[in-house]
Amino acid sequence: MRITCPLCGARDRREFYYRGAALALERPAPDAGEQAWDDYLFLRENPAGETRDLWYHANGCGAWLVVRRDTRSHAVLEVRLAGEGAQ
Amino acid sequence: MRVAGKGVLDRSRSVPFRFDGVRYAGLEGDTLASALLANGVRLLGRSFKYHRPRGVLTAGSEEPNALVTVGRGGRQTPNTRATVQEIYEGLEARSQNAWPSLKYDLLSVNTLAAPFLGAGFYYKTFMWPKAFWEKLYEPAIRRAAGLGALSGLPDADRYERAYAFCDLLVIGAGPAGLMAALVAGRAGADVILADEDMRMGGRLLAETQQIEGRSGQVWAGEVLAELAAMENVRLMTRTTVAGAYDQGTFAALERVGHHRARAEGQPLECFWRIVAKRSVLAAGALERPIAFADNDRPGIMMAGAVRAYLNRWGVCPGRAVTVFANNDDAHRTARDLVAAGVDVVAVIDSRAEAPGSDLFEVHRGAQVVGTSGRLGLEAITLRSAAGERRVETDCLAVSGGWNPSVHLSCHMNGRPTWREDIASFVPTPGAVPGMMAAGACNGAFSTLACLREGAEAARAALVELGRSVPPLDLPATEDEPYRLTPLWAVAGKGRAWLDFQNDVTVKDVRQAVAENYRSVEHMKRYTTQGMATDQGKSSNVTALAVLADATGRGIPETGTTSFRPPYSPIAIAALGAGGQGKGFAPERFTTSHKASRERGAPMIEAGLWYRPSTFPAPGEKSWRQSCDREVRMVRAAVGVCDVSTLGKIDIQGPDAGKFLDFVYANMFSTLKVGRVRYGLMLREDGTVMDDGTTARLGEHHFLMTTTTAAAGDVMRHLEFVSQGLRPDWDVRFTSVTEQWAQFAVAGPKSRALLNELLDAPLEAGDWPFMACGPVRVLGVAGRLFRISFSGEQAYELAVPARYGDSLFRALVARAEGLGGGAYGMEALNVLRLEKGFITHAEIHGRVTAYDIGMGRMVSAKKDCIGKTMSQRPGLMEADRERLVGLKPVGAVKLITSGAHLFAKGAEPVRENDQGYVTSAAYSPTVGHVVALGFLRRGPERLGEVVKMVDHLRAVETLCEVVDPVIFDPEGGRMRG
Amino acid sequence: MAELRANSPCAGALPLVIGSVMAREEDLGVITALLPYRGRETALSEALKAAHGMAFPAPNRATGKVGARAIWAGRDQALLLGPVPDPALCEHAALSDQSDGWAAVRLEGAGAEAVLARLVPVDLRAQVFKRGHTVRSQVQHMAGSITRVGERAFLILVFRSMAATLVHDLKTAMEAVAARG
Repeated sequence: MRITCPLCGARDRREFYYRGAALALERPAPDAGEQAWDDYLFLRENPAGETRDLWYHANGCGAWLVVRRDTRSHAVLEVRLAGEGAQ
Repeated sequence: MRVAGKGVLDRSRSVPFRFDGVRYAGLEGDTLASALLANGVRLLGRSFKYHRPRGVLTAGSEEPNALVTVGRGGRQTPNTRATVQEIYEGLEARSQNAWPSLKYDLLSVNTLAAPFLGAGFYYKTFMWPKAFWEKLYEPAIRRAAGLGALSGLPDADRYERAYAFCDLLVIGAGPAGLMAALVAGRAGADVILADEDMRMGGRLLAETQQIEGRSGQVWAGEVLAELAAMENVRLMTRTTVAGAYDQGTFAALERVGHHRARAEGQPLECFWRIVAKRSVLAAGALERPIAFADNDRPGIMMAGAVRAYLNRWGVCPGRAVTVFANNDDAHRTARDLVAAGVDVVAVIDSRAEAPGSDLFEVHRGAQVVGTSGRLGLEAITLRSAAGERRVETDCLAVSGGWNPSVHLSCHMNGRPTWREDIASFVPTPGAVPGMMAAGACNGAFSTLACLREGAEAARAALVELGRSVPPLDLPATEDEPYRLTPLWAVAGKGRAWLDFQNDVTVKDVRQAVAENYRSVEHMKRYTTQGMATDQGKSSNVTALAVLADATGRGIPETGTTSFRPPYSPIAIAALGAGGQGKGFAPERFTTSHKASRERGAPMIEAGLWYRPSTFPAPGEKSWRQSCDREVRMVRAAVGVCDVSTLGKIDIQGPDAGKFLDFVYANMFSTLKVGRVRYGLMLREDGTVMDDGTTARLGEHHFLMTTTTAAAGDVMRHLEFVSQGLRPDWDVRFTSVTEQWAQFAVAGPKSRALLNELLDAPLEAGDWPFMACGPVRVLGVAGRLFRISFSGEQAYELAVPARYGDSLFRALVARAEGLGGGAYGMEALNVLRLEKGFITHAEIHGRVTAYDIGMGRMVSAKKDCIGKTMSQRPGLMEADRERLVGLKPVGAVKLITSGAHLFAKGAEPVRENDQGYVTSAAYSPTVGHVVALGFLRRGPERLGEVVKMVDHLRAVETLCEVVDPVIFDPEGGRMRG
Repeated sequence: MAELRANSPCAGALPLVIGSVMAREEDLGVITALLPYRGRETALSEALKAAHGMAFPAPNRATGKVGARAIWAGRDQALLLGPVPDPALCEHAALSDQSDGWAAVRLEGAGAEAVLARLVPVDLRAQVFKRGHTVRSQVQHMAGSITRVGERAFLILVFRSMAATLVHDLKTAMEAVAARG
């Protein structure tokens, strides 16, 4: 698998650390309530199809990335810096 | 035997080698198979289950039969295909799966027991009595059935891995692959042409067709010379592209050293990861046998293989050759043999409409229904309209047609497409993104069609790569149609083999169907069809056809099993290349490593770091003696310990304080410049992530320390919070762990020791507890922190790493002058345990700030990572297992970490579990074992006696629950 | 009073010459991490040009020349190699001294690309990785920085503590390349 880091270019999967759903970027307000926090921390979709997840270019530039990809074809559809993804 | 005037190898270069101890001579360019056939050796091995005599079936990597063991000892390679192994002077090969010898294999009696060894026999025959399976049946079967063996010694060879990149990867260097590489190479694309063979050319080396009026071999040589001269083309021979993966990544195995005597430093194999923007699959096709009774004798070979041995290696595998086929292509074998002066007995063609010949007799609408010959073929039984008759022949060239090598096109979960006209599967376009199939692997069998498809695939790739595309210019060559009428299995009694390597017959497949294993996946597992090292390359499609016939379905409806990498076997050593010995993981050494080793310190691994466990003094016999002395030394005088492995993160920027408030549970924006504070970091789910001290070096400048173990995790976490959650905050951080060598100087004489080295000595009140700032150490700019992990008056002194070795030696030498010295990890652990300081043994990922008695550190004045979730009722309950100290009070004075805690009178079973011990060590300071652990309602139970049970080590101790801080609870020594 | 002696990360282990390739330790002088503050990239680049004669490098690029070089070192980060940083830079960037944090090795020779092809999962061939190009990637298992500093010469940086492993990995790859001839 290869991920095209917006800074470094296309790189082998071994350079990256996988974190999980990009939902982790959408941190609820402290008073958002139990349900919101439970959803944020523990509830995850398991789609057969398009997914957005977080990868860290650990053995590269150190950027956190939001990777949109297809779990069926393994196609990587889009890669953005996490800061941009949060906007 | 060799045939005069045939072959493309150098006849002047004789190469001696040994097989089963016998010395033979071959020619340079021979495979072990071609050389043995040239020497008249037909019997090469015994089959897996029935120990049937077996010889060479094919001339390529698909070979199921001719497996041998090459080399000895730590360099022994079992299951080497004789059709791939090149000969060289000194090559030593042995047959496998035969005892006492290949010719007199005692286990060939298995073939008499065949009625009991059919499909599913494992599950039926050896069921009773049950206990016999493990003790008797399985070991016996394993001994009898099997392939070559590993030596059991460490592999003495080197393996390497490497990375390669290109615009276009061309897989296979036959006519289609050569043409694709030529077109793309001439257009300036960056091309890799990889081929598993020692010599490129594919079937052009094995055939007699002409291209542009020259032999295919000559034409291939010209193309290769042109390609070799191009800087943008890389030719990789002996390189099998073994797997296709996501985003244009391919695995390839290069056999670097198998074809010559070992040379110093030279890897045996290289495992390549090739990244290609586009790929052309030109993997060719594999000929498939026809199943008929006793079709597995040595001397029965594929028709294309017989042609290859004749035309490429100048070898004829028999004196009187018969051809048995269902297609036109196999007639070429007879033509080439006749042209070479070899006696062709007949061509037996199952088709009534088969073409005739002036050169040899053709039996139309005829079949081979049996064979004879004990260790090799002597005769066949021919059945035709005229009836059955025996025909003497020592070589039968069989062809059931050709199966395109679709394998790589299916590695990303694709399924091949059935093509009725060629009665086989072809790659499904798009199954691997960026890959195009061309030539025989795409079902195009004439030379011209191969050249055309190769050129067109390259042109299509060039378009996609945005390069200019040259006009199509094809060399002139044959374009004969491929005609066949499927014949999978000849009807009749007797065992007709499908999978030669796993000894699966037509009857086995039918038996599976009879027992309702009708799905192809079930049939495969029940019969083991296609599950041997050749993965059924020459047998799967035929087995599928037999299954389809037995179930009354069509072949496309029956479907194929999955094709998985690797295309051909790869040694685990190659997959793990680069990971042998010290290649397994980096070693991280502190600057004091050398000095510590000189002092005899045994090293322990802490992550990738190596840290001294103790510094043994003369006469000390156990680590405990050294540890106890080092602890006393720190408590009484002064100790020096390298703490450089702790993570150090430099944090700067206008929002640095705000950022630290957000990542730490407690407050940091209020910390004064020149002061240090202990910080607790939570995960977002409310559990403790890490702890450490952070110093404020300037208004917008902090230095965070992390534990050794979590340094990488914390850095990644900080980056996540900064980049992902708070991208608007202006804060920058960078790891400075490697920049500084940092030493703890601990003990009542620590200040005295420092004053021997500091340019400006410290006065008594100068540098209070938790102060920090710049100092000069023997003229070098450093940093001093008044922090303590030992409970003593202590400092951590940091200098740029280049001075680390020198400073450590200076500190230890002067400490020894004060009655102190160096201490290691064991003493460090005891010192912190006496003080109840936690490590990752305690903050192991399941405990909260509340559990470790630091609940009040979670500041109410601000939000922070983990705050909301840490307030969940379940994480704040008094009933939780919480941190306590433990000391032994019963007859047994041992506490072991990992042991569990129970109420004094309770049965030590899971239901009564009340907690566990996380750390324990003998404290020479208080004279007994001290421990930390988590106990339900722990802090409320001080003074209670509980029972500790270590079920694994069989230790049971009565412990008193005590405060975690056992030594100097007021902290007077530390602040001193 | 005694003095502190300085040791280099690869002291005693390099140089190494195997086949056509030589590895030797490089003394880069002062190494400073430059991390521009929010929105200050251009200002930092101007200040860098004024003080040290090179622009702040774009991703995967190095600026400057021997003795005063800036190599891109990751997201919002570059390493200034050589000069003592001008204090004016502090206005635009977080600066941190890394002079002792890296093991720096120069790998040079006809087979240098082939050696790195065994260690680095990035295409470093001359046609795509030219002089002045740099990457953050890995050297075998170690995070590192690789910069082409000459036609057949590379500058490799890994963490100082892993210097011995770097030498081991380079030596193994150099031997394998040399053995192929």
